[in-house]
Amino acid sequence: MLHLGSFQQLQNQTASSALASAETRDWPARFRELAASARDHRLKAFYSAGVASADTPLAAVPLMALDIETTGLDPVRDGIVSIGLVPMRLQRIRASQSRLWIVKPRVPLVEESVSLHGITHSQIESAPDLIDILDDFLAAIAGHVLVVHCRAIERQFLNGALQARIGEAIEFPVIDTMELEARLHRCKPPGLIARLFGGRPLPSIRLAASRRRYGLPRYRLHHALTDALASAELLQAQIAHRFSPETALGELWK
Amino acid sequence: MHDEQLEILDFLRRYPPFAELPEEALQQVARSVDVRYFKAGTRIVEFGEAALAWHVVRSGAVEIFRRNGTLYNRLTEGGYFGEFGLLHRKRVRFPATALEDTLLYLIPEPVFTELFENNEHFADAVEIEDRTRLRQVMSRREDANQLMSATVSVLIGRAPVMLGCRATAIDAARRMSEEGVSSLLIVDEPMAGLAPPRMAGVITDRDIRIRLVAEGLGFDTPVSEIMSCDPVSVEHNQLVFEAMLQMLRNNVHHLPVLKHQRPIGVIALSDLLRYESRNSLFVVSSIFRQRSVDGLAALTGDVRACFSRMVTEDASSRMIGSAMAVIGRSFKQRLLELAEEQLGPPPLPYCFLALGSMARQEQLIVTDQDNALVLDNRFEPARHDDYFKALASFVCDGLARCGYSTCTGGVMATNVKWRQPLRQWQRYFSEWIEQPTPQSLLDSAIFFDLDGVWGETKWVDELQTLIVRKAKGNARFLACMARNALLRTPPLGFFKDFVVESDGRHSGAINLKRRGTAPLSDLIRVHALAIGSLSRNSFERLRDIIDAEILPRGRGQDLHDALEFVSTVRIRNQADDLAAGIDPDNSIEPESLSDFERKSLRDAFLILSHSQKYLKYRYQPGRTA
Repeated sequence: MLHLGSFQQLQNQTASSALASAETRDWPARFRELAASARDHRLKAFYSAGVASADTPLAAVPLMALDIETTGLDPVRDGIVSIGLVPMRLQRIRASQSRLWIVKPRVPLVEESVSLHGITHSQIESAPDLIDILDDFLAAIAGHVLVVHCRAIERQFLNGALQARIGEAIEFPVIDTMELEARLHRCKPPGLIARLFGGRPLPSIRLAASRRRYGLPRYRLHHALTDALASAELLQAQIAHRFSPETALGELWK
Repeated sequence: MHDEQLEILDFLRRYPPFAELPEEALQQVARSVDVRYFKAGTRIVEFGEAALAWHVVRSGAVEIFRRNGTLYNRLTEGGYFGEFGLLHRKRVRFPATALEDTLLYLIPEPVFTELFENNEHFADAVEIEDRTRLRQVMSRREDANQLMSATVSVLIGRAPVMLGCRATAIDAARRMSEEGVSSLLIVDEPMAGLAPPRMAGVITDRDIRIRLVAEGLGFDTPVSEIMSCDPVSVEHNQLVFEAMLQMLRNNVHHLPVLKHQRPIGVIALSDLLRYESRNSLFVVSSIFRQRSVDGLAALTGDVRACFSRMVTEDASSRMIGSAMAVIGRSFKQRLLELAEEQLGPPPLPYCFLALGSMARQEQLIVTDQDNALVLDNRFEPARHDDYFKALASFVCDGLARCGYSTCTGGVMATNVKWRQPLRQWQRYFSEWIEQPTPQSLLDSAIFFDLDGVWGETKWVDELQTLIVRKAKGNARFLACMARNALLRTPPLGFFKDFVVESDGRHSGAINLKRRGTAPLSDLIRVHALAIGSLSRNSFERLRDIIDAEILPRGRGQDLHDALEFVSTVRIRNQADDLAAGIDPDNSIEPESLSDFERKSLRDAFLILSHSQKYLKYRYQPGRTA
């Protein structure tokens, strides 16, 4: 995912939602509603596959790490250039089943984002439109709980792309590894002393910094598959250190 | 078709078992990898569970255990485990635990098996039989320095031209012309049809000129009158290099080659030229040219330079050990000559002994002087000891000035206990062997590696015969020797920049002599004594031991490889120290070792450790060998 200017705002959104009382959404029920109301057959199929209930222990949840690379950070003006998926369970990250799609955004490419993703103009020129791979993509994630680092980006961009193409929004539960870090580092308001003296800067909850705290290796980020794998590994580490295989899914997802 | 994880591919590419894979195979492996994170302290695999994947450590650290719970190995980034289980019964053989937070790459069993079966480099790299890997390493090295490690037998082009000792000078001259040779071996007249002839002497063109023609003797003079008797000779399995030193030391240009005391050929100096290693020859000849201890002491730099050059030329440890031993021996011989010049001729015959690594021809540059004096049985302390005491001091002080530090254990000819008549030495050895105690043998083990350097060297042969006769099959003695040979154990291996001990402790350096070569030669000595081997060099002893078939199959070769490898690393480390202007020692810091050296050293340590267990089992007190 991109880390440009407004990233701080997205982090703040994440941090404040962490502070808010945990959303207790009934995702299976919501999926049933959406399966009934969706007009697009692909979306209908996606919702019909259902989703694990909030009380499912983490060890039993089929998960899917997702990363989307975009031309910029504005879901309205910018578009998706690649989507990476890595299926996983708590016990194992199925890197061997990784999927990558390069897609042609409906907006022109900016030079800097091109160099950041390592995707070239010619690759994108010859790539399909998202609508052409939507079937495959939705089939791949159906039945899984998505794992992302910074859910605002993935949600907003997928939503925007679908609105523009099929005139419908998409909703899905995610486990956000950034939000899990934010719970740890951003939830307590700084104490008096810290406020008086400026305090220590808060630890970064970006992907690379978060991974470092769990002893995970340094990856060259900003490739959809690498980032998806990086988030998958981070989630395993977070659960190994802070949760347990019996923890209910509802404690993590949003 | 699944998409490629570049991080996984790039990581694998950096590590040895994968680095040699063809790109296509590598990508296939990378695409098969799954990933799992383990928090520090958690169990990764349990003994006996189904082995489903081969594990590669992506980050963090992992401890591998034996079934009995003792530490087997400690791995870090790029390390791998689980191959043993995959190749045997598909059950986990060694349980593993995350020592630090660890990320593992898991390669599924079918992919691993296919790689192992179809890719030789890969199989070599991960081969679970540690010894096999070391064997491959050593044979590659041996190929590389074949010329340096060749034995004399490769130089023998034809059977020796021989003549009976009752033949005449003219017979000899005719025979030499017919055969086109410049020397003839003269042999005892064989009893018809019995044993092959024994060598009596050598006759050369030069002998005919100097001893016959110039002396005005008749052509019918028997060859036995003009030949050189008991010529210097070499054994067929000695190194080419040693033959060269022999020629130089004795100033002869032809050397008969013997096998089981029978001549099988003759080699000439010209044959040796292409194998020449001028370095040590130069040093040895310099030693014998020196007129004073000062002159000898000034050669220390040359000795070190010679050592460094041999290392650069990729000489084997055996060759370097033997060159350094010849140089050490030459120093002693020249010092004894100088001592006799200064003190006058000795009042009684004596023999100067080299002990320990020099006797085994495994000397390096950092070495103690271990020596002793055997005196004639007519020795009377009051009448003769002033002379021998002075002689011993002259030599030992001289050696100290030439870079051979005095022995901290006092095993030197200057020590009155080790300056005794032959019968006392016989008594010492009889006592050590017949009434052994671990303590008495601890101090005396060094005497079981002995070599005569100067004087009545036949006494050494007598002592050695006595040792062999009394030690062979003496269960109590062998058990004591074996017990002492187990006192120094190898470490488990390396982890990051530390040496890891079997109990998990860490240290920053390892003494490769104390923890590697010394226990190896101790162990080899016990087996050699048990079979009555007369060899002194550890490699030669090993050959005798292998021939005697007392070790489990293949283990003798393993020990050979282990000794060669540890010695090589030790030698290289000393050469590096010299190059860096540091005083060389036997201590090695893991950070100076390559991954390859670490892996191979660990293999060698494992072999030593297994062999020590076997030694303990084989020489139990009360057990008849």
